[in-house]
Amino acid sequence: MKKVYSKEEFCIGCHLCEIHCLVQHSKSKDIIKAFKKEFPRALKRVHVKEKGHLTFAVQCRHCSDAPCVAACLTGAMSKDERGAVIHDPDKCIGCFTCIMVCPFGAIQPDKRTKRIVAKCDLCPGEETPVCVVHCPNRALVYEERKEK
Amino acid sequence: MAKVKSYIPSDFNIERDPDKCIACQVCVRQCSYEAHIYDTEEDAVNADESKCIGCQRCTVFCPTEALTVGPTSNPNQKANVHWTEKEIKRVLKQAETGGVLLTGMGTDKPYPIYWDHMVLNASQVTNPSIDPLREPMELRTYLGRKPDMLQFKFKDDGPSLETILAPQLKLETPILFSAISYGAVSYNVCESMAKASKAAGTFWNTGEGGLHKNLYQYGNNTIVQVASGRFGVDKSYLDVAAALEIKIGQGAKPGIGGHLPGEKVTEAISQTRMIPVGTDAISPAPHHDIYSIEDLSQLIYALKEATNYTKPVCVKIAAVHNSAAIASGIVRAGADIIAIDGIRGGTGAAPTVIRDNVGIPIELALAAVDQRLRDEGIRNQASIIAAGGFRNSADVVKAIALGADAVYIATAALVAIGCTVCQKCYTGKCPWGITTQHPQLIKRINPDIATERLTNLLRGWSLEIKEMLGGMGINAIESLRGNRLHLRGIGLTDTELDILGILPAGR
Repeated sequence: MKKVYSKEEFCIGCHLCEIHCLVQHSKSKDIIKAFKKEFPRALKRVHVKEKGHLTFAVQCRHCSDAPCVAACLTGAMSKDERGAVIHDPDKCIGCFTCIMVCPFGAIQPDKRTKRIVAKCDLCPGEETPVCVVHCPNRALVYEERKEK
Repeated sequence: MAKVKSYIPSDFNIERDPDKCIACQVCVRQCSYEAHIYDTEEDAVNADESKCIGCQRCTVFCPTEALTVGPTSNPNQKANVHWTEKEIKRVLKQAETGGVLLTGMGTDKPYPIYWDHMVLNASQVTNPSIDPLREPMELRTYLGRKPDMLQFKFKDDGPSLETILAPQLKLETPILFSAISYGAVSYNVCESMAKASKAAGTFWNTGEGGLHKNLYQYGNNTIVQVASGRFGVDKSYLDVAAALEIKIGQGAKPGIGGHLPGEKVTEAISQTRMIPVGTDAISPAPHHDIYSIEDLSQLIYALKEATNYTKPVCVKIAAVHNSAAIASGIVRAGADIIAIDGIRGGTGAAPTVIRDNVGIPIELALAAVDQRLRDEGIRNQASIIAAGGFRNSADVVKAIALGADAVYIATAALVAIGCTVCQKCYTGKCPWGITTQHPQLIKRINPDIATERLTNLLRGWSLEIKEMLGGMGINAIESLRGNRLHLRGIGLTDTELDILGILPAGR
């Protein structure tokens, strides 16, 4: 399946992927409203990691044998028809087991409610995830690659 | 002792629309001059305008278009045409530093732009114009020495050429990327120009910074430079190139050498320039083995010998008062191509006073050189490349009508990949990732994107050149070359018209 891949040599650390991810997962999908009028603010599902000059965006790898799906106590984590790992906030009890088993650190807790996790859903309904669309330096690509 | 209080007012105002700013800090991360500051306590972004260079990186990247950056006008400064704010700031800067003022890019002084005082012709009634979308239109250009005459042998299966032709560069469009060294710009910029040249069927120029080993694969589209510092010159460098260029001068700084500070000489640049890591790369003002036309001839023929007479040798000079006589000497010295760089040519670093006051506009130099070589009957012996501030395809067409075989573009190429001509290249902190070696900043040029942008630019200009040629009723760029009857002057003095060799509009 198509996944989002990061090209760290071109990631300029602008964090625009995070901003547009948040907007996409907000109620209004309007950047100014999402940041200034919606409370609680929507959560971003991609995270730019930085160490020195190295920066790159991390989001769910949608593993074929996803440990988070196997570990989820309530079935909140599941695979959808695209093969994407999807999180159902209504079923989530905030046990954070998924966070513990994720080998990529791609699942983030909601620090405010200490319950629901937010993770990449590959922007259902969009042809290309918004982080890829809005990356100004094509450091994020959405493509099919052979799994190692 | 207290720090000297600076009297220099900020150059730019940063306006932030509070209704639009979402404090996302994209501007903070993009500004390599730290002009935007995030206040964690207030969750707000503030600005330190004294640090802003007006490069517009933040305004372009701001996702809500909350930012406006524009020049300040100091209300305390009374209007004065002589003591402008710019001149006052320069005096203050020198009073505070005691140094030579540096700058980048081409001069921004309002010298007359002769391109804008020349208009092109078009066909009406008596000769038909040509639609380039329906009929073939030839932009192909060959650069190099042309023979005085052609001799043929006639055999049963048709005629064959007996004259041995000098090596030529074949261009699909009469536009080349001008010399920009690896060191002045990042590796990614060089790679983008090399790839775009290959895609568009033209050439890029290494400048004096040598050729990175990874770019040897683009050798067929590369002109390598031999400059006064001789950086990166060895046999493989000469062998891999399509043509060689001896750099005598540069339009932005005629008579001045170059200086790449040691902190920019990274491992890769040290390998490419063949100098130790961290040492200053100093290009002397003159070539220390060239003090006459005869000496130049020796170097030209040394290079030709070294490459077995398989590659054209170009000599690049800055446009100065005696360009025409110098050019004549250069052609007689054996150069196959002569490149002339006018006063508006760019640079990564030059003393402001030199950039703004030395040299002459390319339009006048080009017309004078072409005329002189024609008068002496040696115009066919060398091609002319004009350089120095070409902004659009019309400038290119006018230059070719004035007598150029092709033009070099560099500022336009950098603008295509993001440069906003902020003139701060010499600081090495280019927020657009162009004139920098900083490991975080160089990533801002993705060669895939930059190659696309450069190729698009060349394509766009080429299409426009075809349109203009078609309008004039010409179907090959060769027919426009030196065809000054297609130009008319507007608002020029008799002397200027005489130098340009064109008639005034209406005559």
